[in-house]
Amino acid sequence: MANAASTPITFMPDFDAERPGLPGAGLSWLKTLRQDGIERFNGLGRPTPKQESWKYTRLKPLEDTKFQPVTDEDGMAVLDHVPSLLPNPGGRPRLVFVNGRIRPSFWIEGDLPKGVHLEELRDVLVNAPDWAEEHLGQLTGGDTQALVQLNTAMMDTGFVLRVEPGVVVEQPIEVVFIGGLTNQPVAYFPRNLIVLGEGAQATVVKYHAGLGVGAYFANAVTEVNLGPGARLNHYKVQAETRDATHLSMVHARVAKDATYDSFTLSIGGRLSRNDVSVRLEGPGAHAGVNGAYLMRGSEHCDNTTEIEHLAPHTSCREIFKGVLDDQSRAVFQGRIVVHKDARGTNGHQLCKTLLLATGAEIDVKPELEIYADDVKCSHGATTGQIDETALFYLRSRGIPEALARNLLVQSFLGEALEEIASDNIREAFTNKVLHWLPAACFLSEEWRGE
Amino acid sequence: MLEIKNLHVSVEGNEILKGIDLDVGPGEIHAIMGPNGSGKSTLSHVIAGRDGYEITGGRIIFKGEDLTGLMPEERAAKGLFLAFQYPVEIPGVANTTFLKEALNSIHRYHGEDELDALQFVKMMRKKTEELGISDDMLKRAVNVGFSGGEKKRNEILQMAVLNPCLAILDETDSGLDIDALKIVSEGVNKLRSPDRSMLIITHYQRLLDYIVPDKVHVLAHGIIQRTGDKKLALELEEKGYAEFDGAAA
Repeated sequence: MANAASTPITFMPDFDAERPGLPGAGLSWLKTLRQDGIERFNGLGRPTPKQESWKYTRLKPLEDTKFQPVTDEDGMAVLDHVPSLLPNPGGRPRLVFVNGRIRPSFWIEGDLPKGVHLEELRDVLVNAPDWAEEHLGQLTGGDTQALVQLNTAMMDTGFVLRVEPGVVVEQPIEVVFIGGLTNQPVAYFPRNLIVLGEGAQATVVKYHAGLGVGAYFANAVTEVNLGPGARLNHYKVQAETRDATHLSMVHARVAKDATYDSFTLSIGGRLSRNDVSVRLEGPGAHAGVNGAYLMRGSEHCDNTTEIEHLAPHTSCREIFKGVLDDQSRAVFQGRIVVHKDARGTNGHQLCKTLLLATGAEIDVKPELEIYADDVKCSHGATTGQIDETALFYLRSRGIPEALARNLLVQSFLGEALEEIASDNIREAFTNKVLHWLPAACFLSEEWRGE
Repeated sequence: MLEIKNLHVSVEGNEILKGIDLDVGPGEIHAIMGPNGSGKSTLSHVIAGRDGYEITGGRIIFKGEDLTGLMPEERAAKGLFLAFQYPVEIPGVANTTFLKEALNSIHRYHGEDELDALQFVKMMRKKTEELGISDDMLKRAVNVGFSGGEKKRNEILQMAVLNPCLAILDETDSGLDIDALKIVSEGVNKLRSPDRSMLIITHYQRLLDYIVPDKVHVLAHGIIQRTGDKKLALELEEKGYAEFDGAAA
């Protein structure tokens, strides 16, 4: 059946040509995994609007570009600074990838406690191949998403975070993915793996920062495996260049009493899609899947989430808020599945969008599938414009119109940003929002941020 | 201070104000009373510069300058203040941030230095103490979760901070119980000064027991029907607006 729908792939680097140079080329299990990935990808083909979950996001325009593999030169692109979300006076742990290549000179190891292992994927495949075999691809093997399979075949970079049971990492770990500054359009395929043992806790902040101009294609997959009682705060800013394509997928598996908490702020990219899929596998497991998207021009952003409640007394909370200007478009698809055994489940989903221009458009598709009894599940979606009375109220106090609009946009996004528990990270994300807003120069000092 | 001359205003083609004349001198308090639908709120919004009103004739002169072409924020910067009948809730924006943005916007308009954080806190402390308002109100999001009385006190606080020369109080008494009304009126009275004029828009006379006006105007059917002193308000309290019902029929 998949073959019937398949579309020839011509815009990607050639798998057979790249294979010998990919990380872990000598590992036979990985060879099999990659081979399986490319066969599935070729069978599925590029997603098309005929597929329900790709109805509103078209990838066809990608075929106009022939994406090349990253060269050593691309990986060594000259940077005048390292974009960073979090202020880093005390040397917080930070990894930096440039066009999909690790840049060791920017790596800050930081003061990680014993029992925390933060490494590049390539190194893990050399140093701990058996561990890698056990964990890599565990959550993605049977995935029917073609792009996940493409990543499995082509994965060429990424980070691995392992936290041993009971270890709490207080400092947030920042991972910066820099795109752009290449001579021709490139494609890269980060595969990240986060595994927290029982009772372990960590915060990972991913920053996808586009520099300069130019088209590139980032196809990232992150696998998250949380042991009983573990907690991962998984935050991301997607700020790619105007011409970039960013397609990312997160697969998380959450054991008893563990929490997966995520926030995705999208403020860039010609085309971006954030797929988050969470399996709540043990009683008391919780997922917070939140985000905000701010688009202008002809940018397109898609947030697609799927939360599966597989055990009793699991809960989820989803708050997404978007601001769309010009002719930008956004998509929110939120699927919550409550399986037969998941009685006592509590789910809440909300998607609100503010349209700043008549040409902007949002497609919202909530889907609740409930097969259990004693379930509380709610969802809501609204779309609106700046409230004229509130605007007049602010202006009547002397606040110029542009600044008043900024304040109202920030007020609107506040409900989503409040979901970020850490003050420092929430402030960093709020600063990103303020920089996105027009006429930010009119703001008083503390609003301007860094 | 404020001179309105033969002001005609339409909303979506319907004429609401049909030739208003008003002259409020420095330090004077004028009350505009009238039945529902008489054009009271339209008048206050038009003076403050809200969109959606078409001025088809007349002028609004404020401190010698015609306001009619100015944006609401410019009018505020020039010293005009409108206390809202229904103050707007703005989640996620702290009251203190809002006030600081407003005050500094006005400073920038006049090419003056902005207040830094310390200067602002000092000034706010003084204002809240004078008005007997707790600091707690400053930290909360603008009007979110405020009682009716708190919202109106917040309007008075904003007035105190922005220090206007003309304050328009649009139905400030609506939705207030007698205790809240007293507190709000005390705040207004503390802000009375020879340099500050006020225009009090109200349906009921009871607010005028606490804020005594120099002049009372009756607005009905889009024109000022009568002007008198505070005794006129008492007379209206007794007789109601029936006398003006057929005035423009």
